[in-house]
Amino acid sequence: MQNFTRRHTMLSLAGLAAGAAMTAALTAAPQTALAQDLKVGFVYVGPVSDHGWTFRHDEGRKAIEEKFGDRVSTTFVESVDEGADAERVITQLASTGHGLIFTTSFGYMNPTVKVASQFPDVKFEHATGYKRADNVSTYSGRFYEGRYVIGQIAAKMSETGVAGYVASFPIPEVVRGINSFLLGMRSVNPEATVKVVWVNSWYDPGKEADAAKALMDQGADIITQHTDSPAPLQTAAERGVLGFGQASDMIQFAPETQMTAIIDDWGPYYVARTQAVLDGTWESSDTWDGLAPGMAVMAPYTNIPDDVAAMAAQTVADIKSGAVHPFQGPITDQAGNVVVEEGAVLDDGALLTMDYYVEGVDGVLPN
Amino acid sequence: MIRLQTRGEASRVMALTAPLIAVTLTVVTGAILFEALGKPAGPTLHAYFIQPLSTRFGLSELLVKATPLVLIGIGLSIGFRANVWNIGAEGQLTLGAITGGALALAFYEVDSPLLLPGMLIAGTLGGMAWAAIPAYLRIRFNANEILVSLMLTYVAGLFLSYLVSGPLRDPDGFNFPESRLFHDAATLPTLMQGLRAHWGAVIALFAVIAAWVFLSRTILGFQLKVLGDAPRAASFAGYREPRLVWFSLLLGGGLAGLAGVIEVSGAVGQLNPSISPGYGFTAIIVAFLGRLHPLGVLIGGLMMALTYIGGENAQIAIGLPVSVTGVFQGVLLFYVLACDLLIHYRIKIGRPVGVKA
Repeated sequence: MQNFTRRHTMLSLAGLAAGAAMTAALTAAPQTALAQDLKVGFVYVGPVSDHGWTFRHDEGRKAIEEKFGDRVSTTFVESVDEGADAERVITQLASTGHGLIFTTSFGYMNPTVKVASQFPDVKFEHATGYKRADNVSTYSGRFYEGRYVIGQIAAKMSETGVAGYVASFPIPEVVRGINSFLLGMRSVNPEATVKVVWVNSWYDPGKEADAAKALMDQGADIITQHTDSPAPLQTAAERGVLGFGQASDMIQFAPETQMTAIIDDWGPYYVARTQAVLDGTWESSDTWDGLAPGMAVMAPYTNIPDDVAAMAAQTVADIKSGAVHPFQGPITDQAGNVVVEEGAVLDDGALLTMDYYVEGVDGVLPN
Repeated sequence: MIRLQTRGEASRVMALTAPLIAVTLTVVTGAILFEALGKPAGPTLHAYFIQPLSTRFGLSELLVKATPLVLIGIGLSIGFRANVWNIGAEGQLTLGAITGGALALAFYEVDSPLLLPGMLIAGTLGGMAWAAIPAYLRIRFNANEILVSLMLTYVAGLFLSYLVSGPLRDPDGFNFPESRLFHDAATLPTLMQGLRAHWGAVIALFAVIAAWVFLSRTILGFQLKVLGDAPRAASFAGYREPRLVWFSLLLGGGLAGLAGVIEVSGAVGQLNPSISPGYGFTAIIVAFLGRLHPLGVLIGGLMMALTYIGGENAQIAIGLPVSVTGVFQGVLLFYVLACDLLIHYRIKIGRPVGVKA
């Protein structure tokens, strides 16, 4: 850095600006897009290669391409931060001819609603949020139903009666999943508990793996997760500890230890909504589907005895038929208050705002 | 053996052409990279560099993205000149967002013209307070400010998470961890109707000018430069190091805090756990890209912002994967810094003269 005068700095800055101008001269004009009936845009919170949440949304996007062929084209933007970047990306999609835009993470809610108000002719679909407008729908999966099933499997397979749960953010959706898992466990083993580690991220393989290690060190002999990468399952597999896939079938990452996975199947919904826009019948709606309509699907049962697999299959059938509800009373919270009376089930409003652990979860909910 | 030898006085012609060469090399490498991935090079480069600059929307977004980078970069560059290594600007930004944002929420729906200036001051003070911790520990216990400031970043992030899932949570927000949306009196006005660019950009520009004047026209600015370039000379001259350490960290923290409150009140509009995609860390690159010079930081900040926005645009227009965007960003930085290095050093192959085997 010595001998570096201010004048030189100025000169190199001028050069930089000139260089940028040269780039302009070197590059050609953009190609015009082919005419189609509809362009569908997707905003992803992680990379499409996360093998979890975003990967499954991208599979849903591919289902649209497969179904409609040349009539519809799709665009996606990966790893979009949930801060100020989201609004720009959504606006970019809306202003470049996309007629239907799926924003696939909770943190996109306010930017989606804001951009939607500026583009009344564009239809927006926001995953896992609660704000809607004439051109904004919301949709989510009742994945807690699957978590009840894997909770039962966990309780059957655990020797210590302690499961470890790698969790993302303490939002109702995640808290609901933890409670449902624990209630599933306790339906099999009334003494079972679950320990939770929060990583405050949806996708951070390093932190997720560390959390799984910490949980195993604390005696958990089953690992499950509500984060998007296969890292917790892989880390458990390294120690021969059983676990579950999250959002997609992760059997390739843990062929000897994955017992099943809760698969998010967005394809049918995405295809239906695209069809509705093409037909001109799209309307703002709120969709919350679980095992019965097939938005949540269980992966094949592997590495568990037949009787456990049969129990899981039966529970899935019972949840589909309505014979079993994961949040069926009596349920008490950690403080000992009865939140659901015997014979009653928790309604959707209570499920959507859940901010307490049920009795049996080990730890204090960050609040 | 390959060595680097200083060139003595750097060539003015090369100082002018080196960035041109760097950009040309980046364009060529990028073109090869894109073609190898089956993406047409011309349109991809166009989507990356030209398209974002060719619309009012794109230019406005460039300002939105560059504002925090430039503000923080200015503060850091002054500290780096004095060899004060504040790596925790991200945490100071977070604290500024918290203190400024908390003020907005405390006076929710209060329609006072004093609220916004108050928020900016609160944010600046918040960032300064967070930076005061490494400053105090360095002066009092000679604790390494790199480690202390970096670790405090994670503390700040968790503090923000705690606040937005507890005391500052939107009461009508179904327990989701985010605050209410700020009301109008707590929102930075935009520069142009319908676009997001806000008055934060003007504040950042003002910081650039102020830093320039400070470094070239004031004694304290001169002392900072001497302390960085020649610490022994500085001590012989009787400069008081503690004063300069305090100054550097408080300035860096204050500007980072200001960037934080500007980001939440200008671009995001609320407090949530992901207010910054790592601006505090990217600003370190910006500071060095700009050779620690205020005008350089301005251009470096705009350039980094363009690579982010261009990357998003290339995803939308061309379907370029985000990981390739990251690689391309790295290539650009590599060439800019390599060309810069070769202005000042030449590569010598062979043994140094006068050294016997």
